Amino acid sequence: MRYFGDVAALARKDLLLELRSRDTLPAMLLFVLSTLVVFHFALPAETSETAETGLLWVALLFTALLGLVRAFVAEREQRVLDGLVLAPCDRSAIWLGKGIGVVAFLVLAEVVALPAYALFFGPVGWELVVAVALADIGLAAVGTLLAAMAAASRARELLLPLLFLPLVIPVVVGGVGASVSAHPGRYLAFLGLYDAVFAILSWASFEYVVTE
Amino acid sequence: MSTSLRNNQAVLLAGSAAILLLAGTALAFYWVPNAPLEGFRQRIFYYHVPIALTSYACFGWAAWKALRLLWTREQRYDLESYTAVHMGVIFGILTLVTGSIWARTSWGHWWVWGSRQLVLFLVLFLFYAAYFMLRYSVDPGPRRANLSAVYALFGVALIPVSFLAIRLAADLVHPVVFSHDVGNKLTASQFTTFLVCLAGMLTLAGTLYRNELTGKRVDARLRELREALE
Amino acid sequence: MSSAEKYATAAYLVVLAVVLLYVVLYAFKLARLEREVAELAELAQRRRAA
Repeated sequence: MRYFGDVAALARKDLLLELRSRDTLPAMLLFVLSTLVVFHFALPAETSETAETGLLWVALLFTALLGLVRAFVAEREQRVLDGLVLAPCDRSAIWLGKGIGVVAFLVLAEVVALPAYALFFGPVGWELVVAVALADIGLAAVGTLLAAMAAASRARELLLPLLFLPLVIPVVVGGVGASVSAHPGRYLAFLGLYDAVFAILSWASFEYVVTE
Repeated sequence: MSTSLRNNQAVLLAGSAAILLLAGTALAFYWVPNAPLEGFRQRIFYYHVPIALTSYACFGWAAWKALRLLWTREQRYDLESYTAVHMGVIFGILTLVTGSIWARTSWGHWWVWGSRQLVLFLVLFLFYAAYFMLRYSVDPGPRRANLSAVYALFGVALIPVSFLAIRLAADLVHPVVFSHDVGNKLTASQFTTFLVCLAGMLTLAGTLYRNELTGKRVDARLRELREALE
Repeated sequence: MSSAEKYATAAYLVVLAVVLLYVVLYAFKLARLEREVAELAELAQRRRAA
């Protein structure tokens, strides 16, 4: 199918670019590690597990922001986005391809972040891993669309956090809930709901974000 | 729609708003009896909840206009959607303020994270405040209209999702949920007063929306005139 | 007036205040619009004379 061929091509392009330039991913890895260390110094001695988990999610959120800010920079600077939009592919394929790239970056960052968290703070349960995986989808779906919006504005990097943070508050609730509560299933289901609603909405409306 | 017909509608709307709101306020202060448990302070309910519902209605209206814009590409819907969001934010701020006063008099604090409605409106306020930041940082035109419309649509999707999230969050972060003991058993007089105030707030929002929209339209036409004459 | 009455009335007054504030801001806007119309009328007059 042409559509998925386009998506694969776009995703592969982003990953190859990153492989060659190696600027975004190392920054994300270093950022999440530094943040975790800062949190150690910021927290008092007898901090509860809930608070530490909460801070892990905050770290993940801001690492995602870091990656997303860069998501459309290359496109914008070399007017690639105009070219992509003119290409005879469904514009939502751009969103999907870019989104898959973002998920890949997030997963790679978490492969480092979660063991680091287990080392510095406390054990990482399976619920946390599943929650992180589900959250990645939601964050990437919403973040890719908002990054495209911010790229079209004058404020760019300043605007993305403002747009992103209110929209992903439910993800934080779902993620922290799944990690610490006695009934993780409810929170994981909620994350799934968030992913479904916002992925569909983003997929359907991306076309309007990149065209006039 | 001809201008004169539109003007008559606007006057009718404003008049209805004035009558309904005055009647509702009078009912809330003079007619309705004190609530058995909460006492006099419960009367804040007759303004606070209608204002909250009106805010939701404004955001819903904005999303409808946004959908129309994306569907038909007619630029006038952009102005209408933007104005509706503006009204929604004004009523949202009023919800937060009246809710805060009610929290202060009921539980002693100006802010309680345990109040689901307050927290929901805080999240929505942040979201729609970012809407204005988005508009200010994009040059006027069809692109800005599209971005605003998509964002407005995300907003209405966020309302139920956030509500659910805050409900779930209550279990972990705040086991004590603060909620006012209304809504379940409203007496006939309470319900009537509530309805009148609700109708009043909705028509007030409609009136302000109409006025604001007319002002913006006149602004745009004056700009066109200026360009034609210079 | 009891404390509860004070707070309840304050809530109603805040709403009134915000609506009145809106009215004031709108008055400013109308003044500006009137000024612009006057300017444009003058421009049109000048155009017609020329």
